[in-house]
Amino acid sequence: MERNLTLKNIDLFKIRSFLLGSRTSYGLIFNVALYLLLIAIGFVYIYPLLFMFVTSLKSPSDLLNPMVQWVPSTIHMGNYEKAFRVLNYPTTLVSSILVSVIPSLITAAVCSLVGYGLARYKFFGKNLIFALIMATFIIPPQNTVIPQMLTYKDLGLLGNIFALILPAMFGQGYRSAIFILIFYQTFQSLPKVLEEAARLDGASDLKIFLQIALPSAVPAFIISIIFSTVWYWNETYITVIFLEGGIQTLPMQLTKFTQAYENLYPPGMVNIFDRLNEAVKLAGTFLNVLPLLVMYFIMQRWFVESVERTGVTGE
Amino acid sequence: MTENKPFRFRGLKLRTRENLYGYAFISLWIIGFAVFTLVPLAQTFFFSFNRVTVKSTGIELQPVMWANYSRALVTDPNFVELLIEYAIETLVSVPIVIIFSMVIAILLNLKFAFKGFFRTVFFLPVVITSGPVIQELTAQGATSAPGIASTAALTEFLSQLPGYLRNPVEYLMTSFILILWFSGVQILIYLSSLQKIDKSIYEAASIDGASAWESFWKITLPSLSTTTLINAIYTIITLSHFSENKVIKYIFSQTYAVQGGIGYSSAMSFLFLFVLLLLLAIVFLVLSPRRPRRA
Repeated sequence: MERNLTLKNIDLFKIRSFLLGSRTSYGLIFNVALYLLLIAIGFVYIYPLLFMFVTSLKSPSDLLNPMVQWVPSTIHMGNYEKAFRVLNYPTTLVSSILVSVIPSLITAAVCSLVGYGLARYKFFGKNLIFALIMATFIIPPQNTVIPQMLTYKDLGLLGNIFALILPAMFGQGYRSAIFILIFYQTFQSLPKVLEEAARLDGASDLKIFLQIALPSAVPAFIISIIFSTVWYWNETYITVIFLEGGIQTLPMQLTKFTQAYENLYPPGMVNIFDRLNEAVKLAGTFLNVLPLLVMYFIMQRWFVESVERTGVTGE
Repeated sequence: MTENKPFRFRGLKLRTRENLYGYAFISLWIIGFAVFTLVPLAQTFFFSFNRVTVKSTGIELQPVMWANYSRALVTDPNFVELLIEYAIETLVSVPIVIIFSMVIAILLNLKFAFKGFFRTVFFLPVVITSGPVIQELTAQGATSAPGIASTAALTEFLSQLPGYLRNPVEYLMTSFILILWFSGVQILIYLSSLQKIDKSIYEAASIDGASAWESFWKITLPSLSTTTLINAIYTIITLSHFSENKVIKYIFSQTYAVQGGIGYSSAMSFLFLFVLLLLLAIVFLVLSPRRPRRA
């Protein structure tokens, strides 16, 4: 009925806009405009990244030379050598990977369990549970983090990766609500037939979940794990409070970059070209995002496509 | 009824069994919610009415009633200002993110070569946006709209504006790209709901002589209304939880400050949560799908 209404409405406007072309072909003008628009927006969009990369390769004299904007006169790797040392790269990289991958694996496992329970069983108070899941997404970390920190302090877990693993184990990891909804959507869209057949054959509920439901939720697992890894990697509020004094992650080390640099290269001791400048800082920043960029370009297909496939948007 | 065979399964009524197994599957989450969200939330709320001193033996509480709240709202010269700034900046950013991500999603939903490349570009910031990285990029001036933020004309223009307008405009100019960087996930969400719209509606419309422009207003936009609400909420939450958020940074700095302390920062956290909920309510009222109007 609604469709007919829309059609009637549309019927009133017979004049076609030739600028936008027809449904089957866009026309040359439109295509050129489209690419120009996308390239222009795309350039502005990644401008900070280009700026960061180009600046990080500049030598101190290039930095001072106003003629050198986008093409450094020499590729100066000295910034990266310094940033590498300042960040204590190998160690921080490994701990960053551990701190983001382990909680995200646990998060995905627990959220799949919860999502399955919500999708496949009718139980009392389900709407309340959904509301509470949304609440965990809305409540800012600073409203819950201090008592947790004090508890971990008592337990001696501060600075330990367990401070991040424990909440994840109980479905309260960083942005777990989103992953629960992803799994809920995934399991709801799967046909029930196989599971019912297995149930008639006498399979237990846990067995059905593990052997029948889980294998078909592989895309949801991949997307949850990569998103969770990226978000854990980039999260600094909780990590700083829980891990400070213990494990150092790359973003944590980046916040202390100036201080760490001056410890390694004391300002009074080194010559003027070895002072901290923006090129070194941006080299550090680039080293910080490099692992993520590598991961992104390898798993790019999963990042971009699986969101559509798993139907995150399902209301 | 209990004699009825199909309703019984392994000795339990179907409904009981469903309840039981359902709760079994989500039990981990319920425990986690109680232990890692509800109790800490209540504790933080309790702290906000106390003066909290951390001693080596444990924490010491000294009830102060509403003193922390009145201090945040009345005495503190920074907090209310930061809070208002945050609210305005968020309300300014949300429409920008929404419109931008919708435009990009509609463009990316067209058929053209190198689509994958552009998708990769527009999703890139999601992967690398972390507080310290953004802070470094902002500090080096990489996030302002290229070329306009530093011109003398702009500074001149800004100085003409009244204060309450100047801050948002300045914020727009200096962190324009940053705001756009918060659109990555929203673009994907729009893309996936664009692909759910039935193609035959567009075909029918174009047979009836509707232009693409008309199709957009009559078909695309109405179909995206729920998605827009979801995206707006998502945008507000990400902006509000972002560790470079000025209010969050202030609360964090006060937590460890001698003058501040845990009690005071807890009170501010709850005031912040209140404003966040207010913003969500505003967006919800503005964007929630209305009853279809009769044409």
